[in-house]
Amino acid sequence: MIRFEQVAVRYADADRPTLSGVDLTVPEGELVLLVGPSGVGKSTLLGTVSGLVPHFTGGVLSGRVTVGGRDTRTHKPRELADLVGTVGQDPLAHFVTATVEDELAYGMESLGLAPDVMRRRVEETLDLLGLAELRDRPIATLSGGQQQRVAIGSVLTPHPKVLVLDEPTSALDPAAAEEVLAVLQRLVHDLGTTVLMAEHRLERVVQYADQVLLLPSPGAAPVLGAPADVMALSPVRPPVVELGRLAGWEPLPLSVRDARRRSAPLRERLAQITPPAASAPIGPVTAAAPAAPPAPRGGLLGRLLGGRRTTAGAPAPSEAAVVARADGLGLRRGRVEALRRVTLSVAPGETVALMGRNGAGKSTLLSALVGMLEPTAGSVLVGGLHPFRTAPREMVRRVGLVPQEPRDLLYADTVAAECAAADSDAGAPPGSCRALVSELLPGVPDATHPRDLSEGQRLALALALVLTARPPLLLLDEPTRGLDYAAKARLVGVLRGLADEGHAVVLATHDVELAAELAHRVVILADGEVVADGPTARVVVSSPAFAPQTAKILAPQEWLTVTQVRTALGPARSPETGPSTGSPA
Amino acid sequence: MNRAPGPVRLLPALRAPAASRGNAVPAGAWWLWALGLATAASRTTNPLLLGLLVGVAGYVVAARRTDAPWARSYGAFVRLGLFVVGVRLVFSVLLGSSVPGTQLLFTLPEVPLPDWAQGVRLGGQVTAEQLVFALYDGAKLAALLICVGAANSLADPARLLKSLPGALYEVGVAVVVAMTFAPNMVADVMRLRTARRLRGRPTGGIAAVLQIGLPVLEGALERSVALAASMDARGYGRTADVPPAVRHTTNALTLGGLLGVCAGTYGLLAAQGAVYGLPLLLAGLVAALAGLRLGGRRSVRTRYRPDRWDARAWLVAGSGVLVAAAMIAAGGADPEALHPGVVPLTAPVLPLWPAAAVLAGLLPAVVAPLPPSASPVAPEEQA
Repeated sequence: MIRFEQVAVRYADADRPTLSGVDLTVPEGELVLLVGPSGVGKSTLLGTVSGLVPHFTGGVLSGRVTVGGRDTRTHKPRELADLVGTVGQDPLAHFVTATVEDELAYGMESLGLAPDVMRRRVEETLDLLGLAELRDRPIATLSGGQQQRVAIGSVLTPHPKVLVLDEPTSALDPAAAEEVLAVLQRLVHDLGTTVLMAEHRLERVVQYADQVLLLPSPGAAPVLGAPADVMALSPVRPPVVELGRLAGWEPLPLSVRDARRRSAPLRERLAQITPPAASAPIGPVTAAAPAAPPAPRGGLLGRLLGGRRTTAGAPAPSEAAVVARADGLGLRRGRVEALRRVTLSVAPGETVALMGRNGAGKSTLLSALVGMLEPTAGSVLVGGLHPFRTAPREMVRRVGLVPQEPRDLLYADTVAAECAAADSDAGAPPGSCRALVSELLPGVPDATHPRDLSEGQRLALALALVLTARPPLLLLDEPTRGLDYAAKARLVGVLRGLADEGHAVVLATHDVELAAELAHRVVILADGEVVADGPTARVVVSSPAFAPQTAKILAPQEWLTVTQVRTALGPARSPETGPSTGSPA
Repeated sequence: MNRAPGPVRLLPALRAPAASRGNAVPAGAWWLWALGLATAASRTTNPLLLGLLVGVAGYVVAARRTDAPWARSYGAFVRLGLFVVGVRLVFSVLLGSSVPGTQLLFTLPEVPLPDWAQGVRLGGQVTAEQLVFALYDGAKLAALLICVGAANSLADPARLLKSLPGALYEVGVAVVVAMTFAPNMVADVMRLRTARRLRGRPTGGIAAVLQIGLPVLEGALERSVALAASMDARGYGRTADVPPAVRHTTNALTLGGLLGVCAGTYGLLAAQGAVYGLPLLLAGLVAALAGLRLGGRRSVRTRYRPDRWDARAWLVAGSGVLVAAAMIAAGGADPEALHPGVVPLTAPVLPLWPAAAVLAGLLPAVVAPLPPSASPVAPEEQA
């Protein structure tokens, strides 16, 4: 269906080609997953299929890409529109019209389909994607998952043979991601659509792929093969594959189900070891740095305070041990009650993950904690102050928020200028921000424009700016969006270090693996209310939507991450390595 | 006992159905209705009639507007109307007026102006007559604005553009894109302003706006590039092959038609030439329309669910036209009642028949389909 013949792409100002030596064929009706670290040219490769590279982006394309027999060199994107459907990273940038139904029809109108055909296909697509209820809604009022489904639907209606998707599930909560993936699965199975999709969140998609196309490093030749084979050599891999490699399972499992069927021996071995999460209240931290004096106390107190929700009349423990506290917090935006009776407290050194579907109120809660929104009921206290009524200059020393789009924090045109501004904003001695940047983001010169940084680097810069004021409470909204596994691992390291220093960290995230790796406590929000609040292991293991893959594979034992399993097996394994490694294989 | 109760069975059929896309009143019908009211407003300075017109428009908006973003524009237009009245009064007080008056209210100190500014006065006597005249005049303008605001909040602007002829499609898309960009930019400004708080800077003030200006523009530019890519990949700008002869004919017809329209209009407005003015204007119009229609052949586009003019749409549009026609007729029959005297001051009276005709403008509040979310106030908000 898609043929690449010796394809290379080079942009005008680049010193080496972004993509080179791509020579392969994607057969019809397959779901091909494109994986690789950030900045390796995944989006460029996708662009060559829809013709946007080079017709729209510029650059030099050598070799030849043909889609369904049409050469993208001689056909402009608009002439491929009936053959290729493209959805970019940001669905909002994709929409031309204002309502769902018009958006679904837009592509067909451009192609000039007959009105009755259009009507029928719109109705079919509304049903296929479960959008029938939303047909008259303005697109701007939809949630992220709904928008993503509308974006996919809008390119489906012209019945393209090829669907090109760039990170379709990155911004979605686990349930919405499942929804979108189920739709893709159905398209591949029922309609024979060829799907080419790039995605960082491999744990969600790798099991659905027929083939995996790996771009190992910038400019290197790609590898196309069966998912299990490619995963064996991929530098990026989901926890299930990681665990499979640790346990030496062969062939590598790709889905939780495969792994679970092979996991009986491993579970037996692990049964004698108590998972760290169950024994110590703050599993990940004790595992990484056993000597962290404030952390255990904070974690324990935090739990006690968290429990206050149920025992409303209990006397409040000493205020000093709490960094932030929300009491019966309610917040309305227009007619929507974004938060209702939320009671939550965060102790120093504690990491709390806020989870819940898109629109559950996670970002609103963070905004209330940082003082961007005024509570309509109840109270919020951060460091003993009401955030909304305190001057911003005061507030930055008590709480810092890294927003969903870190770019919102960046105004200046060089990294150095940002740092200087941050120092003066925070009243910190000059150079303190730059020191943080060098620590979090080594090797970035002063004169770099923030826009030229990669997603992960920009996040690190924003984090450094926020940390300049040394706030005891750090909030992060969806920090792992668009990060590859390496960038994520670096972020986890940084946040753990901060928690060890006594910073309280609150993350709003859809990334269950991140929460499992990092959080001491998980708070699940639904419809603006707290529906679960407790130690990570207890909350996530029992939940099908929020459990990380390792927990699903090893349930009912409370193992959350591959790292935990590795450390647990490590000492037990080294003395008896010789005899035992062979046995599970 | 068991007779078929005719009127009872008829009533449910007459009741307005719940609005959906299929039975929505076309944007054009709402605009005709509103322009009818506006025409009526432009024909009178009687404050009672103007008030009645504004009331009619406001009632229909309250009864039939949706929750869509554009539906909130009515309030803005009302405020704009009041502002216009205020400005008109202030100017009248400061600059004086040509209306001769005897009821002196107060005298402002007059600023002496040089000779070359003859005819302009700053300050001086302020009479009741001039104020009343300014008030009537301002009210007329305000009523016009409010009628336009009513159309704006009842009709989906994107749908109105969808009914443009195919040859003008590109223009329509440009306008639609611009319209969706404005709210996005406003949202960006809000987001970035609140984000300033995260850096410990005050969120208000001119400095804030200046500092986020560049990021906002950058964001808008990036978004428009992304949108252009998306539109291109979805087939925007695909054209059909048209024989050269048709292309040339299209150009000739469109250009010739526009020239004809210009020349005809000039003829109509000039002192002489009314003889050839009208025919030339009409011929030009016909040629231009034919050119547009022929030009539509170049575009391969089709329309998804175009607006349908059903009986309810005709009633909505017709009620507006009726109000306009009645007011024009009344203006011919009894100009006094529509323009209450200013010199000498008289209390305006409500002319019965024009007022009754204005009430016909309420018809859409009954016949137009009822939007599902039209409940004016949510119960918890009343508490």
